Amino acid sequence: MSTVWKHKDLLAIRPLDPAEIGLIHDTARAFKEVLGRSIKKVPSLRGKTVINLFVEPSTRTRTSFELAAKRLSADVVSIASESSSFKKGETLKDTGLNLQAMNSDIIILRHPAAGAPQFLAERLHAGVINAGDGAHEHPTQALLDTFTILEKFGKHDAPADQKLAGLKIAIVGDIQFSRVARSNIWAMGKLGAEVTLVGPTTLLPEEFRHLGVKISHRIDDVLAEANVIMLLRIQHERQKQQLFPSLGEYISLFGLTHERFKRCRPDVMIMHPGPINRGVEIASELADGLNSVILQQVTNGLAIRMAVLYLLTGGSGPQGVKA
Amino acid sequence: MDGGRAVLTEQDIHQALTRISAEIAQRNPSPAKLALVGLPTRGVTLAQRIAAELHQSTGIQIPVGQIDITFHRDDLELRRPIPHVTDVPFDITDRVIILVDDVLYTGRSVRAALNALNDLGRPEAIQLATLIDRGHRRLPIAADYIGQTVPTEFADHVSVKVKEVDGRDAVEVQKA
Repeated sequence: MSTVWKHKDLLAIRPLDPAEIGLIHDTARAFKEVLGRSIKKVPSLRGKTVINLFVEPSTRTRTSFELAAKRLSADVVSIASESSSFKKGETLKDTGLNLQAMNSDIIILRHPAAGAPQFLAERLHAGVINAGDGAHEHPTQALLDTFTILEKFGKHDAPADQKLAGLKIAIVGDIQFSRVARSNIWAMGKLGAEVTLVGPTTLLPEEFRHLGVKISHRIDDVLAEANVIMLLRIQHERQKQQLFPSLGEYISLFGLTHERFKRCRPDVMIMHPGPINRGVEIASELADGLNSVILQQVTNGLAIRMAVLYLLTGGSGPQGVKA
Repeated sequence: MDGGRAVLTEQDIHQALTRISAEIAQRNPSPAKLALVGLPTRGVTLAQRIAAELHQSTGIQIPVGQIDITFHRDDLELRRPIPHVTDVPFDITDRVIILVDDVLYTGRSVRAALNALNDLGRPEAIQLATLIDRGHRRLPIAADYIGQTVPTEFADHVSVKVKEVDGRDAVEVQKA
């Protein structure tokens, strides 16, 4: 346990090493306990200012970051794009500099353009957390997803890059446009899991093979073996782009139906980053069933975001310094 | 860190914990109200041993918990230690809590532990037990039960080893 957090920002999973992912998970475990108390608050970020800058709509992630910061006793301001100066044409850089000039310590950014958080991070002293940028990455989602998988299947005594060794994970759906899929491919791979991506060819290009994963265009081929099935949201606008012919056809080819569920392992873990389309990616009852961890993912998301805020606001000194 | 001047042997540690347990029983006439809360890592081990001693002498199984103090530290600006999980599987309200640490030094850890306990409830009383009191307090904090007082220089390093964690029982002082 000698890993020390040494980054100013959390922009992506790709550059992290397995021990750093483990450090975030270990820290989140302690915060999860705090969330179960009657007083769900600790003073670790007292006096720090956290800005939630969401240039793209989100309920879950924004609320999760906001609550996480509040439970660490930080001051939080949430800005939604509709009410911000973006409407008046202010650039991202200028908005960032202004927020920094108000002495904010952390800026959490969701932005439709891939790379926007990195752009901001390179220009600010404040820490930047990527809360989703275009189809690039959504690092805290992958951290909470792997945390949830580790809780049930993790090899806790294994080395950092083997914690999910031997585990078969299927990610199903709109892979091409999914930042959740990309971050998870990195995170799961770094922890030793065997990832198979499943989706129609239009939403799952062949290039994904280069990321060290398997690719399948038939969900029925992966059901029997998968320990974890992660379903991604199908966005209706993709249908308008002719990427799949109809919702009915998508359901019949890729939806997790009751009939398909019967062919899964009895202990299969069903995940979904939300918001779910009941009856499309997943049959409604399965989303609420015993194998579903969809709401646990939300709870764990809070613990993970507390851990990330805690680590990013830390000083740069080495651990083990005697006070 | 290994080596250094040995100040307590396995036998000494055993005797110190037996005496601390006897003093706890003597000072608290209703042991059913007691609960032990250790500061990770070695404070928890010591708390478990004291609980075993008290079980032998009073026949009552006293609950043991562990409390993480990381989030309440006053040196978070300097570093970000990895927190331990707090595990206090009983309601501390109206109990007499014996806080157990291995080494009492500046008193800052105990101050943090008092704040952390405060988040879990309102005990009737909190008492402090420590295996080693090495002096150099920076806060007005004193132990109720002390295994051994060991004079040290401020920069010395005192290390407590316990079998459950380190494979052996010993207390050693490394000179700065």
